[in-house]
Amino acid sequence: MNPIPYHWQYLPLLIQIVVAFGLGTSMILGSRFVGRHRNSKTKLAAYECGVEAVGDARGRFSVRYYMVAMLFILFDVEAVFMMPWAVIYRKLPEITGSRFFGFWEMIVYLGFVAVGIFYIVRKGILDWSLDKADL
Amino acid sequence: MNTDLLRILPETILVVAGILVMLIDASLPPRAQRRGLIWVAAPGTMLALWASLIQLRLDPGTAFFGAVETSPFTIFFHVLICGIVLVALLLAYDTLPRDSHHQGEFYALVLFGASGMCLLTGAVELLVVFIALEISSISTYILAGYRKHTGKGPEAAIKYFLLGSFATGFLLYGIALIFGATGSTQIYEVAHKAASAQNHTFIVLALMLMLVGILFKVSAAPFHVWTPDVYEGAPSPVVALLSTAPKAAAFALLLRVLYQMLPDLRSLWMPLLWVIAAASMTIGNLAALRQQNVKRMLAYSSIAHAGYLLAAFAGLADKGIAAAAFYIAAYAAMNVGIFAVVTLISGYDEHLPLVADFRGVLYRSPLLGSLLIFFLISLIGIPFTGGFFGKFYSFSAAVGGGAVVLAIIGLLNSGVAAAYYVRLAVTVAQKPENGMSQAALPVPQIGVAVGAALLFTVGATLWLGIAPEPILRAAENAAHALQ
Repeated sequence: MNPIPYHWQYLPLLIQIVVAFGLGTSMILGSRFVGRHRNSKTKLAAYECGVEAVGDARGRFSVRYYMVAMLFILFDVEAVFMMPWAVIYRKLPEITGSRFFGFWEMIVYLGFVAVGIFYIVRKGILDWSLDKADL
Repeated sequence: MNTDLLRILPETILVVAGILVMLIDASLPPRAQRRGLIWVAAPGTMLALWASLIQLRLDPGTAFFGAVETSPFTIFFHVLICGIVLVALLLAYDTLPRDSHHQGEFYALVLFGASGMCLLTGAVELLVVFIALEISSISTYILAGYRKHTGKGPEAAIKYFLLGSFATGFLLYGIALIFGATGSTQIYEVAHKAASAQNHTFIVLALMLMLVGILFKVSAAPFHVWTPDVYEGAPSPVVALLSTAPKAAAFALLLRVLYQMLPDLRSLWMPLLWVIAAASMTIGNLAALRQQNVKRMLAYSSIAHAGYLLAAFAGLADKGIAAAAFYIAAYAAMNVGIFAVVTLISGYDEHLPLVADFRGVLYRSPLLGSLLIFFLISLIGIPFTGGFFGKFYSFSAAVGGGAVVLAIIGLLNSGVAAAYYVRLAVTVAQKPENGMSQAALPVPQIGVAVGAALLFTVGATLWLGIAPEPILRAAENAAHALQ
């Protein structure tokens, strides 16, 4: 018999939420009360990435932002897929019934990623300065 | 493992061909012509078609832990989709502008999309279904915006993308609820558990959500609004593909979900599809009556045809599935054909988009004019064409399932539809007006590739109308495999 009531299992989750909110709020409030502020126009401008928060909604900005963002998400997700594979790699021969199937599966998968990289490089998506990208 | 790989052979071939196209495209110098890539894409599709036929020798069964299935049902749709894709590729080869340097992407996306559509018809695991649907959808979203320098091209792509991803969200939510209600996403297991379930609330809710996603893809009535705009904005060779292949795959999924996964809820989904079928026909046809643009008219006509097809779902299992499968084949043959003819007459840049612009086509190009009239006859559903038997089987399945009123609505609608088809046919046959510069318009050139595509579609439409037995038997085998 489990002496802890069922819903109490969610208590750690609640604690984590409280800690996350508390940490964030305390940092912002702490810096607001403790830190010194000399706001200038440059300091308040959007930082490096990102667009101006206030302005014409139809402003133009380079499509390359999206290219890079999409590439990041693609390769990020692709890398995430390798994690569970690595965790159960030793059990794969048993599950699939073949010694190397799990291995070749990942090689094929990495092959797809490699094709993607080749395509991106050849199409000039990463050449920001030369502007020969065929968008 | 070896048979597992055989069971996904057509999809594998399509993906490999697509990757080859992609690699060659990236290796060529930026300004080089890319039309030659058809020599990779078309043989790849043929090979995939052949591989699907080879699968007939395998015993029906599932692969990869019950994720994909091979059966006469999947093979029927694989062959159909590969055939459509082949015709669309041939059509694109001759009609895309020669200097368009995005042709590599075009061929690759068509092949990737085709692999997704094939996988969609074979998937028996709802998550694989979702992924397959996404593969096919994302390719078609991009293809819809292929003419990116016109205003309407990107508009079509964005509209299709936003509405499409919204609809797929519904499908995914439905899948999640199915998992919540039955503890499984494998279609056979879901069917087993749903049959013995005490409480159907969540399953019904899940079915409703999944229907939204699927009916969007087949452009049935309440979810049809994207169709005319996308068909108008996308280049005609793409529309030939878009209006048939993804719909065939989505109808296959609909058949699977309704007849295989939740057949016990028939008393619930049958009246629902009854209403949707009647609404699709009526809205499609009434709206088509008012269209001046040929492609928009055909878009509404395709909504109406989705309605005729959904009438078959009112039928009992064996007749209904067979009639639906046959209708999809007949519809694909004539619809790809008519879009091929429209592409040649209007031109890739669509300098002649309106019904009035089609005046006198029969005199400018007797072959194209008569082909257009032939496909219109098939769309009306006059005997000796595929369209006739498609409607005949669909409505008799509906009558067999007790939906006599729906069959009558369908017949009335066919009469309304004849009005706008005949209007276009008459315009085509009218003598050009004196003083008009019709004679000065260039006569469309029919290349070898597009000639082969036309021959194929005309042959298929005639064959389905004169000797439908072989295809009908294949459709019946497919229906049998689904139960």
